This record gives sequence, structure tokens and C-alpha cells, in this order.
Amino acid sequence: MSTVTQPHAPSPATAPHDPHVHGAPRGSMSLSTFLSTYVFSKDHKVIGLQFLFSTLVWFLIGGLLALAVRWQVAWPWSDVPVLGKLFAQQGGQMAPEFYTMLFTMHATVMIFLVIIPILAGAFGNFLIPLMIGADDMAFPTLNMLSYWFMWPAFLFFGGSFFVEGGAAAGGWTSYPPLSTSTVSAPGSGMGQTLWLLGLTMVGVSSMLGSVNYMTTIILMRAPGMTMFRLPMTIWAMFITAILQAFALPVLTAAGFMQLTDRLLGTGFFSPEGNIINNAMSGAGGGQPILWQHLFWFYSHPAVYIMILPAMGMVSDILTTFARKPLFGYRPMVYSIAGIAGLGFIVWGHHMFISGMNPALGITFMVATMMIALPSAVKTFNWLGTIWGGRIHYTAAMLFAISFVSMFIIGGLSGIFMAATPVDIFIHDTYFIVAHFHYVLFAGTAMGVWAGIYYWFPKMFGRTMNEFWGKVHFFLTFTFLNGTFFTMHILGAVGFPRRLADAYHYETFHHLQPLNAFMTWCAIGMVASQIVFAINFFWSMFRGPVAGRNPWNANTLEWTAPSPPGHGNFDFQPVVYRGPYEYSVPGCEKDYLMQTDPPHPAEAAAAAAAHA
Amino acid sequence: MDQDKRNRDAGSGGNPPGDTWVDGLPQGRRWSGIGWSLLFLLVPVLGTATFVIAPYYNHWLPKDVSVHGRSIDDLFYFILVLTGVIFLATELILFWFMWKYDAAASSKPATYIHGSHALEVVWTIIPAATMLFLAIYQMNTWADIKMRRPRMSPSAEVVARQFEWRIRYPGRDETLGTPDDLFVVNDLHVPIDEDFLIQLKSMDVLHSFFLPNLRMKQDAVPGMKQPVWFKATETGTYDIVCAEVCGWGHYKMKGRVTVESRADFDRWLARIEAEQKATQRGPDEIPMAAAD
Repeated sequence: MSTVTQPHAPSPATAPHDPHVHGAPRGSMSLSTFLSTYVFSKDHKVIGLQFLFSTLVWFLIGGLLALAVRWQVAWPWSDVPVLGKLFAQQGGQMAPEFYTMLFTMHATVMIFLVIIPILAGAFGNFLIPLMIGADDMAFPTLNMLSYWFMWPAFLFFGGSFFVEGGAAAGGWTSYPPLSTSTVSAPGSGMGQTLWLLGLTMVGVSSMLGSVNYMTTIILMRAPGMTMFRLPMTIWAMFITAILQAFALPVLTAAGFMQLTDRLLGTGFFSPEGNIINNAMSGAGGGQPILWQHLFWFYSHPAVYIMILPAMGMVSDILTTFARKPLFGYRPMVYSIAGIAGLGFIVWGHHMFISGMNPALGITFMVATMMIALPSAVKTFNWLGTIWGGRIHYTAAMLFAISFVSMFIIGGLSGIFMAATPVDIFIHDTYFIVAHFHYVLFAGTAMGVWAGIYYWFPKMFGRTMNEFWGKVHFFLTFTFLNGTFFTMHILGAVGFPRRLADAYHYETFHHLQPLNAFMTWCAIGMVASQIVFAINFFWSMFRGPVAGRNPWNANTLEWTAPSPPGHGNFDFQPVVYRGPYEYSVPGCEKDYLMQTDPPHPAEAAAAAAAHA
Repeated sequence: MDQDKRNRDAGSGGNPPGDTWVDGLPQGRRWSGIGWSLLFLLVPVLGTATFVIAPYYNHWLPKDVSVHGRSIDDLFYFILVLTGVIFLATELILFWFMWKYDAAASSKPATYIHGSHALEVVWTIIPAATMLFLAIYQMNTWADIKMRRPRMSPSAEVVARQFEWRIRYPGRDETLGTPDDLFVVNDLHVPIDEDFLIQLKSMDVLHSFFLPNLRMKQDAVPGMKQPVWFKATETGTYDIVCAEVCGWGHYKMKGRVTVESRADFDRWLARIEAEQKATQRGPDEIPMAAAD
């Protein structure tokens, strides 16, 4: 009981700078210590940061791929700057098969190597034990493996650029027969095989992570940390982990089926009598649409895997900087669960015009319309959270607010595609490109930046520069809207995605100036990240030293030292309340941490609330 | 016990010098709160402006020349207005809260409230009803376009292949797959004001048969026959686009659809028939790469 009555007694033995992580003087560290501390570490924080650094590097690569895509869309067949040297044989222009490879790999990198691992891998790893008051994950070795299984994926995806025929070029959805028939496109050779192997490795990594997250959250919460005292970030990570665990096996199996179609001559996805490139193709007897069902059975829930954790993080950041309890905590939890549940029965909305029975389209339309409901509830509750608050415009808060603002756009534009008749026209046009970039870039990526600015002090013990953080926010926010909002207009014209040059169509020939504008904005958006990169690395070494709780926030991670040592807490955290007790009337400070002992003002406020 | 004191001991928040402190947090001045709110006000203002201005520069739905197209466009506008109102309302509320509840604007403490059961019920039921209505409202149009197929034999067959549209008309016997079938490539002709039923197939990979002006899109799947039907309402020549990535030449898989009067259509068919007889080419002798 002594730890309960005196939870904050500092313990010199496990002071902030634990020798396991930071203490060893430079030069005296042996190679094996170095490897076990920084490379093959089983510490969830180190693994989280490994995920963070790796995914940020891939974020840069994915961004540059996007710029190359945008270059071709804006100025087709013109000499490409920098990259042009690679295409000397074509006079510096981009070949159309290279363009198809670019958009395929842009999406692949961003989805499988950036968004999914940065949310679950980086933030999930770093935050889950800290926010539930555990000393580490339930299975540290599995956790280490979940990072190291990403490396084969990095090598498969990255290496596929250099094999004959280049990387996969059938779109990130890899629809057969284009992806299964090796003669159908240059990228459908070795590149596609490597793509499938890379995908499997990402799947293994995610599965190891998700088993670990579920176990840790269920079993290792600190005393007093009931499920309904968990911060939204953890709820979101928990439900995301469940989604992963149930949806991923389907994709993995489908991936192997595609592999055997390609390598062993099976015919799961190739129909009878297919003639590709004047050659008979495949064993036959299969059905191309089967792949689409299997693929989207994973990849639609994956859309929520790519946003729910960001929603959770944004909820926490909004409350901290509005100094106000989260509006509707339980509805927020239920709506995440609702999104996850409904997320399993809406995959067919990707397939309205695929040749699937149109009657089934109606079922999926109703389910899809219904999934807008929990998203709407979340949005209203975020607005309710800001209402009546005391808003502090930090860089983290600006990114979090922009998540809400942009998610509204991304959510509403989804309704157009959910409506089956309207989808006939806008399917596979830039309207859908606008929609998912609003959700994934303007939503998730902005949420990720909010998370980085917010938890940076906990990660590195120093604070990022606020001024340059705001400059970074302003530039990114402005350029992203310039790039992506205009895509709605392109979509309204019917401008199809994935065309290397659409201007020879009468319908689209006048759209080049708008595309050029968007490409300039995209260049600006990528360039703005220089500000972020400099701020990030400069602050890591030179930023002002942060205390344990620089934002006066409530959740458990802020009771640990910054950065936390091995084992995280220098005392046993005991939880007395939910995570959002800000501005309790009659309390001398405007926040009550989850570990603060019961406060008389609290009981009075609760009584008043229920009166 | 004194967590707060320990925070300070361990080094204060780490705010850039010059910032004022409110509630122990780095706090900008009032003008910065105003500035950020105005930036977020630009979202609904410029967002709406974009959608209002774009049609004047012809950056909008292409001219609709079909019966189904009109109902699709009506639904598009209906959803646009509905989502537009929600967009404006929520973004303006967000702006107003940002403006009003800036910590630098007042010294009033934040409202201590955990939610409102009544509000949750209201903003659950209203969107639920709206979305359900919206789904039901779409069904009839969808059924008209994709489910209630006209009772007739196919007017033409379109076979997609990398990277062209091979089109076959049934000829005088009005039956596909007979020796008098007529073959053309990338050049679809349809009579105005008549139901036109296409049997859509693919020879190799997935393609998508996209007619922007007729608001029609349907994936062509190898191994399957997809029915596609429409009724064109205005003569002219329009684009056929491939909307499903199908390989390196995807971008140039371009066809044209000509809507013409019944008389012109019959004359055109007769001309194709005459040409085909003159060159003595049967269906097996069509050059494979006729598109280029």
C-alpha cells in the first residue's frame, strides 16, 4: 500500500536517466550493448522510435514519388527535373509504364510503409505502455520482431525498383489479371512478386504488433486504470489492433493465392481462355472479382486502421489544449467501436461498378451510409470539446484542429461515393483521390504531426520549436488545400485517376492549368517539410529541455521522466480518475492528473454535475 | 505529492523565450488566436467559392446527353447541397469556437462539462435518419441504371483489350456471333432516343468502360459479360475513356461514341457493311492492332 499512498515518491534507483538507455558514457559502450540498446532493443520506446524514424524516411520517399506523379499529370511528356537523368534513353521524359509504377508505389509506400506503421508501430508502441502505466509491452521479443519484420518489407518494396521491369505497376490494389499475368505489363514481372512478398512481411509485422497491443492493454493496465479510464488514444489503438487481427489473415491468404497464381500456375483469379498480349494466360477457372472481395475485406477495415489511432491522438491533444474534459467520452468510445464493426461490412462500396451483382451494391450503400454516423458523432463531440474551452494555439493544437476541419471535408466527400448512382460517374476519378487524401493526408498525416509535436518532449526530453512548428503548420495546411481541394473539381469533370496523359480527351483537355497549379502546391507542400525536418533534428539535440509534463496534461505518460528510462516509471502509477479532468471548479490548478490523489473539489464538482 | 512542482524542477515547459504564460502553457497573444481562427475561416469561404466559381470556367460536370445522366446529376446536386450545408455549418462553428474560446481572449476558466446525453441523442438520430433517407433515395436510380435491364437483344458488343475497344454490331439478323456481324474499333455509334444495350466483355485484363457525357461506367471483367444500357438524348461525338488501370497504355485507350439520328445510324451501319464486304474480311481477319 505504500506505493498507493505515496505514488510520487521519487526513487533514485530508477532516476530519469537510466543507465540502460542513456547513462553509458560515449566510447565505453561495447558493441553488443550498443546493439541491444539501440538496434535489437526490446524496449517499446526504442522500438517506437525505430518505427518513427523508418516511417519518416519512407514518408519522404513516398512524397517524392508523389511529386513525380504530379509532374507527369501537370506537364506530361516534358523533361523531368532531376529524375530526368534516369530516363536518358527516352530523352528525359517519363515513360507511361514508369508513370504507372510511380502511382502504384506512391500508394504502396504511403499506406504500407508510412501510415499503418507510423500509427500502430511508432505511436502505438511508444504510447501504449506509457499511457496505461505499464513498464513495457506484454511480449517485448515479439515487439522487437514486429519492427524487424518491416525490414524485409523495406527491402522487397525498395529493391523492386531495381529489378527487371521495375516495381509493381498494377495499382496498389493489384487487381488481377493485370497483376497475375506476367506478360500484361512490365511491372507485373519480378516487381509484382516482390510487392506481394513485401505485403506479407508488413502483414506479419502488423499481426505481431496487434497481438501484443491487445494483450498489453487488457492485462497490463496500472492499478485503478479501468477500461473506461483509458485515454482515447489507447481505445483507438486497442480497437485498431482488433481490426488488424481479424482482417489481416484474409489479405495474407489472398496475397499467397496471387503468388501461387503467378508462380505455381494456379488459377484462383484468372478466368478461362484469357488472351493477354496475344498469349494464352493462366490456368483459367478463376474469377478476377474474387481478389477484389478478398483485398477489400482487409483493405477497407485498413482504411480505419489508418485513421482511428489519429482520431484518438487528436482527441487527447484537443482536450489538453482546450483545458476541458472530452465531450462525450463514452459516445466517442462507442463510435470508434461502431466504425470498426461497420468497417467489416462495407468493403463492397469499392466495387459498385466492378461487375459485382448490383443488388449487392444496394446493401453496401446502406451499410456505407450508416458508417458516416459514428464519424459524424465524433466530429460533433470534437466541436463540443473545443466549445467553452480555453484554447492554446500550440503547433500540436493547430494540427489537431486542422484534423477536425479536414476530416469534415473528407467525411462529407465520402457520401458522394457511397451513393451508388453518383459513384457511377465519379468512381476512379480525381473525386475519390481528393476524398482519400483528405482523410489520409489532411486527416491522418496532420494528426501524426500533432502527435509528434505533442509527444516529442516525452520522446526526446526536449521541446520542438513552437514558432517554426507553426510556420510548418501554416505552409502545410495552405499547400495541402491547394493541392487536394481542387481535386474535387477535377473529379466533377470526370478526370480519371491513373492516366499518364488525359489531355488528348476532348472532355479533359482544358484541365492542364488547374493540374499545373496543383502540382506547384504539391511541390510547396513537400518543400515545407524541410522546416519540419530541421526543427525535428535541431530540437532533438538543441531544443529547450522539457519537464515531465510540459503541457500540464493529465495522462500517465506525463508522470514519467522525459524521456522515460528503461521500465518507464520511477514509481508505480496508481490511477484515480479518467484522463480528461481539466478545469475542475474549485481546484487550484486547471488539470488533475490521473495519478493525483482524490481532490475535494472533484467530489463537489461531480455532485454538482449530477444534481 | 506535488507533481506540479516536480515538473517545474525537471525543467519548465520549454517554451520559446518571449511567449507569455497562461495556465502554465505557451500562449500566443490575442492577435495570433484571431489569425489562426481566420485561417480556418478560409476553409469554408474558399471551399465554397471554389465550387461556385468552377462551373463558370467550364470546370464542372461535362454536358449530360443521356436520360440516366439527368437523374445522376440531380442526385449529385442534392448531395452537394446537403453536404455543403453541413460543411459550412460545422466549419463556421469550428471557426467561431476558435475565435471565441481563445485562452488569450478572456480569463474565464474553461467550462467543466463531460458531455450532454440530450445532444448525443440529437446528433445521433438526425444524421442517422438523414443517411438512411439518402440511401433509400438513391435506390431507384441505381436500379434503373444497373438493374432494370431493357428487354431486348444486345445492340452491340464491346470487347476491351489492351489498349482498344473492339466493337461488334449484330448486323441484319440482329444476333451477335453470326457471320454478318459488323466490326469496328474505338468508334461506337448509337441512335438517339433509343435504348441501347451493350454486352461488355474483356479479352485480357480489367478495363472500365467510361462514357463521361452519358454518365456511364462499368468495369469490363475477363470471363464475364456485363450488360450496359443507356438512352442518349443529344447528337454529337463524345469520349470513351478507360477508367480502370490496364497497363502502360491505359491513358491512350481512347474511343469515341457518336450519337446520331436513326437514319444516320442506319446509313453508317450500311457503309460499314459495304466496306467489310469489299475488303472480304471476316471476324478472324481483323488486324489485332487496329487501334494505332
